[in-house]
Amino acid sequence: MVGGFRWAAMFPDEVWEHVFSFLPADADRNAAALVCRAWYRIERRSRWRVFVGNCYAVEPAAAVRRFPEVRAAAIKGKPHFADFNLVPSDWGGGAEAWVEAMAEGWPHLEELRLKRMVVSDDCLELIARCFKNFKVLSLVSCEGFSTAGLAAIAANCRNLRELDLHENEVEDNCLHWMSHFPESFASLVTLNIACLEGEVNVSVLERLIGRCPNLKTLRLNHSVPLERLVGLLHRVPQLVDLGTGKFAAQHHPELFSKLESAIAGCKNLKSLSGFWEAGPTYLPAIYSVCEGLTSLNLSYATLQGPELIKLISRCKNLQRLWVMDLIEDDGLIAVAASCKLLQELRVFPSDPYGAAQPISLTEHGLVAISAGCPMLHSVLYFCRQMTNAALLTVAKNCPNFTCFRLCIMEPHTPDYITRQPLDAGFSAIVESCKHLRRLSLSGLLTDLVFKSIGASANCLEMLSVAFAGDGDAGLHYILSGCKNLRKLEIRDCPFGDKPLLDNAAKLETMRSLWMSSCSVTLGACRQLARKMPLLNVEVINERKRGLPLELQPDNCPVEKLYIYRTVAGPRSDTPSCVWILR
Amino acid sequence: MEDIKGSDGLGDTELRLGLPGTSTATRSAKRALPEGDEESHDELRRTSAAKAQVVGWPPIRSYRKNSFPARKVEAEAEAAAGLYVKVSMDGVPYLRKIDLRVYKGYKELREGLNNMFKCFSLGELSRREGGSGSEYAITYEDKDGDLMLVGDVPWEMFISSCKRLRIMKGSEARGLESRQH
Repeated sequence: MVGGFRWAAMFPDEVWEHVFSFLPADADRNAAALVCRAWYRIERRSRWRVFVGNCYAVEPAAAVRRFPEVRAAAIKGKPHFADFNLVPSDWGGGAEAWVEAMAEGWPHLEELRLKRMVVSDDCLELIARCFKNFKVLSLVSCEGFSTAGLAAIAANCRNLRELDLHENEVEDNCLHWMSHFPESFASLVTLNIACLEGEVNVSVLERLIGRCPNLKTLRLNHSVPLERLVGLLHRVPQLVDLGTGKFAAQHHPELFSKLESAIAGCKNLKSLSGFWEAGPTYLPAIYSVCEGLTSLNLSYATLQGPELIKLISRCKNLQRLWVMDLIEDDGLIAVAASCKLLQELRVFPSDPYGAAQPISLTEHGLVAISAGCPMLHSVLYFCRQMTNAALLTVAKNCPNFTCFRLCIMEPHTPDYITRQPLDAGFSAIVESCKHLRRLSLSGLLTDLVFKSIGASANCLEMLSVAFAGDGDAGLHYILSGCKNLRKLEIRDCPFGDKPLLDNAAKLETMRSLWMSSCSVTLGACRQLARKMPLLNVEVINERKRGLPLELQPDNCPVEKLYIYRTVAGPRSDTPSCVWILR
Repeated sequence: MEDIKGSDGLGDTELRLGLPGTSTATRSAKRALPEGDEESHDELRRTSAAKAQVVGWPPIRSYRKNSFPARKVEAEAEAAAGLYVKVSMDGVPYLRKIDLRVYKGYKELREGLNNMFKCFSLGELSRREGGSGSEYAITYEDKDGDLMLVGDVPWEMFISSCKRLRIMKGSEARGLESRQH
């Protein structure tokens, strides 16, 4: 800055605040805050939405202090591999510290979104009591709370607009929690209770939604019988997003026609999900709304290929499809022919452990979709066989992929025709898809694929690797390339100490690194921790080894390693199997 | 890259688990091991590469695992487990228990009951399902607690609703039969 001239004072603060309000992303606001002290001060006072990608990256009190005007916060806890039971259940990710700090410093908080955190009923009660204008509660993949906590939310959050419970583990100890919404309460826009295990009092639910004229999203749980769905739909014909309950019942022509007309009455329906236990009997009841659907989640329905084809070929405007592999190649060929606007496809395995009859879902289905759906950009595909040729074709057909996750279910599966590793196929994907942000690898892979990824995947932010690579070189390629890498998760790969130590600085540019069942030693972790004070190096060894970790020798193998950048220093809530090295 | 089939050409006849065209798991022998730490890492890798039930693989969330295959397994387990119901016979001081799943139909059931209560009956249980003309009739108590004559409904439906069996004296049974017509 030139001789004391404070150019930021050219305009009053309010003008700068107004300018900053046009900055779309946090990254831009962060950059603005680094320009000068004045901008730092102005920006922090005007930021009202905060995203914390790792709850341990910053002290809650520090975050609350820096941004005093926050109205909406989103926080993530456990690493992604916690979804697959790789993270010990007592590892951490508790929400109390954050909720307490927010209750103290952000009394005007309106929106809270938590993902993969442990949320207790006490937390929910605190939220219910402290935030007078609370509007949105979204809990995704969380655990630790019960329906008693939900009762507190229902009873106290007078302005609640969204209660979005997605894939949580919720203990069911308060049967009548929904009765705690007062009679005067009418502000719901979104109610998603699909993950609740217990019975729902449908009459109470009917009355609740009946008095919420703005309700757009209603996702029921599997306990709501099909017969009651009719009554519910009559109360909310304005629905845009419906998750059905159980979609099966004894065959009743009367029920069928009632259901059919109730669904047809919802003229704004764009998204359907649920369909637990769905069979061919009642599926045609939804045909009338198929043409308007943009999102369809059939991944809990064990419907067979022909029924799926009959349904999906009517959904000409589908953008998102989640389905089981029972759809098979033929079904995907039909999807490719009918759903020209498809953007996102997820195919889940009906039989992950291979006990039942083999399903005819192969690389052909994926190729067909890639050829027929020009707007496809996000894929999650579980299958049992793949070829490099198919991946090359997919790469050529879909240069616009942003997310490509392929899971060939048997580890180390090569190209089944040539018996070669799938290096060439995945390399083609990263070389062709210049906007690829997320990639999951599988099958037989050598270090060569990592060379391609390191060199070509310039937009890649998240990479998942399992049972792949030959040695250290593989990991070195990734860490020395991939300039936008934020999250790297690795399991069962022969990657060791050297690439970690050689690329220590890279780890500070990333949000986190997870490595389990690799070849990392304690000594390397100790070195890394000493060298990089802004990283928490968490060693997770669950097996009993006699000596505590502090006394183990340097060559002691590390079972699981979680490294993340942080300005908060080592956390204080580690369980006995987790050591934070310093 | 190495030919997985092996040089002796017997790869095709090798017994393995999994679909044809896929390799078996565990290729740990091929990987380069870091210096000096072979044993401990080998153990880790062998454990983690163990074929069945690799933790967290394939990467699907636990609630998804429960939707399809578990139900099949449950159904199979149910089918394997017995369906034992008590059998009482009028005039006999103690009851017996039979496994309904052992029988394929009403004929086998009658034969089984015949054998079981041979020493007590004064005549054979009638060939017509519990019908008149014999000293005894076979009845059962269903889910709703009602006393029903055996033989009216399809076998599968019968075994799913039968809670206990009662072999009734002919005179009482004839009254039951005429009520049901």
